Amino acid sequence: MSLLEMTDVSVGFATEDGLVRAVKGMSLSLAHAEILALCGESGCGKTVTAMSIPRLLPAETTRLSGSITLDGRDLTALSEAEMRDVRGKDVSVVFQEPMTSLNPSFTVGFQIGEVLRRHEDLSRAAARARAVDLLKLVGIPDPASRIKEYPHQLSGGMRQRVMIAIAVACSPRVLIADEPTTALDVTIQAGVLNIFRDLRDRLGTAIILITHDLGVVADIADRAIVMYAGRAVEAAPVEELYARPRHPYTVGLLNALPTAATAAGRRRLAEIPGMVPPPFTDPDACAFAPRCPRAEADCTAARPPLESHGASHLAACLHPVAAVRTGATP
Amino acid sequence: MTEQVLSPASPPSPVPGAPPVMRRRRTWRRFRRRPMAMAGLVLVTGFLLLALVGPFVTADPTSQDYAATLSPPSPGHPLGTDDLGRDVLARIATGARTSLQAGLVSTLLAMVVGIPIGLVAGFYRRWLDPIVMRLVDVVLAFPFLIFAVGLAAILGPSLRNVIIALSVAQLPGVIRITRGEVLAIREMDYIPAAVADGATDPYILFRYILPGAAGALIVQATVAIPTAIIGEATLSFLGLGVQPPTPSWGVMLTSAQQFLSQAPWLAIWPGVMIALSALGFNLLGDGLRDVLDPKEGPR
Repeated sequence: MSLLEMTDVSVGFATEDGLVRAVKGMSLSLAHAEILALCGESGCGKTVTAMSIPRLLPAETTRLSGSITLDGRDLTALSEAEMRDVRGKDVSVVFQEPMTSLNPSFTVGFQIGEVLRRHEDLSRAAARARAVDLLKLVGIPDPASRIKEYPHQLSGGMRQRVMIAIAVACSPRVLIADEPTTALDVTIQAGVLNIFRDLRDRLGTAIILITHDLGVVADIADRAIVMYAGRAVEAAPVEELYARPRHPYTVGLLNALPTAATAAGRRRLAEIPGMVPPPFTDPDACAFAPRCPRAEADCTAARPPLESHGASHLAACLHPVAAVRTGATP
Repeated sequence: MTEQVLSPASPPSPVPGAPPVMRRRRTWRRFRRRPMAMAGLVLVTGFLLLALVGPFVTADPTSQDYAATLSPPSPGHPLGTDDLGRDVLARIATGARTSLQAGLVSTLLAMVVGIPIGLVAGFYRRWLDPIVMRLVDVVLAFPFLIFAVGLAAILGPSLRNVIIALSVAQLPGVIRITRGEVLAIREMDYIPAAVADGATDPYILFRYILPGAAGALIVQATVAIPTAIIGEATLSFLGLGVQPPTPSWGVMLTSAQQFLSQAPWLAIWPGVMIALSALGFNLLGDGLRDVLDPKEGPR
């Protein structure tokens, strides 16, 4: 049985202009020690999907339906107090902004220790010792003196490592990383991705990686779900997805990746024409059809269901791209 | 480390790996480098010494000597004597004690009551905040001194009532500053990060928001102390505060009025003291604000 199961989850936000439907009927499952990538453009619902797991969406305005189970336990049915015990312990989150996600008033050692004291009832001294080990785990040199430093004394890459150390302090079952490398430069990105891989191997942590960077996906994810306008449009193991993308949107995203040819100026970087549909509308049609080069009349007649296109490969398209493709490979 | 290359004037930041300099000592070093802050510290220390030690080494501030009334400064009476022949230096020293009590106790009271109210109002905005803030607006609609004078008039003249009146008059300012800080800090990225780690509301309030607001609150306190010192002097000057013969700088100013042409020192000494003590706390507060903020980085 999978570790995390999300079934038919829809998330909407009540606004003055009505309900904004950010996620529409998402289902996903996550296995132990699996790295799953959620990808898509800004506003496609990937962050909302992931943040609905630890219920980190604004409680007053969020309307959530569907079920989310972790080890068979329904997270949507937990009280707020029970949920607080889950956050940081069973499910933890690494946010996008390493520069500002640490409390400026306390040392990083204290901040790593506080989550341990909160969830594992460690003493201050024991928490401090574990903080040193955790900083070592995320590859910070000289951790014993680093724990006495304040966030402003660390670089962005180091702060992101501290954030990861805090997130994995209690050996969570699921780690949600929201664009963890976006704010970092490329060499530090590679280091952070290595830490994730290492954590998965050593602690068996399952990771949900939210990203729009398909290069990152190819680098470390096992499986990827491509989202468009609040729905999954394609889901497949990463090698399969890059070798045989079936949904025209996925193909468009892959073509938009810079390659050696575009870098040298021999080929123009391809973009997907058009705009993401506004979140208020939800016609019974393929949401991508207005931008799709392969769209035909039946695309706007009914919403295409997610259908199997080979082993563990799902795509929601009536006119999928042919299985054989000789384009950009990761 | 590029920072060092770009600005050679700035002192080297602690070398990674070397044992970090004790935080307190570094703060002191940064403080010492600011002349205005040091001047404030000297003034405040002098004021505290005068209030704490002064009354023990000077003459009895209430003993009268009708043979030497309104005498100018002399070796026997370094600051002269007043209309009843009382030693002005002794009265200044005892008056410092009155001012200190009024300034510190009323500010402390306002902080102890106001900070929790401001924290909760800013954090639970839905129902508590509008009520608290409208009450604050009502009080703030009155000028500080008018409100304090009104309260003191209702409560009756005594040092205790002056302190109560001043702290109630300071309260809305403290609440408003605290709430403003809470509103700003709760939008920081590290608040949702703390929620994601399973932190409870009280934990976030006291570990995340209060320390962030501490800088602004210290500044508010150092503005409130001189305001309260001046407030006490004003209330006492108007006869609504400390009653003669207990010395207070405000009371001394009142009686000095009649003798302004014969014995100007009677007005000058308490006036200078009020000004210097208020200035001292203000300078100290500015210095502390610059130095205590951990976001400023080592300087």
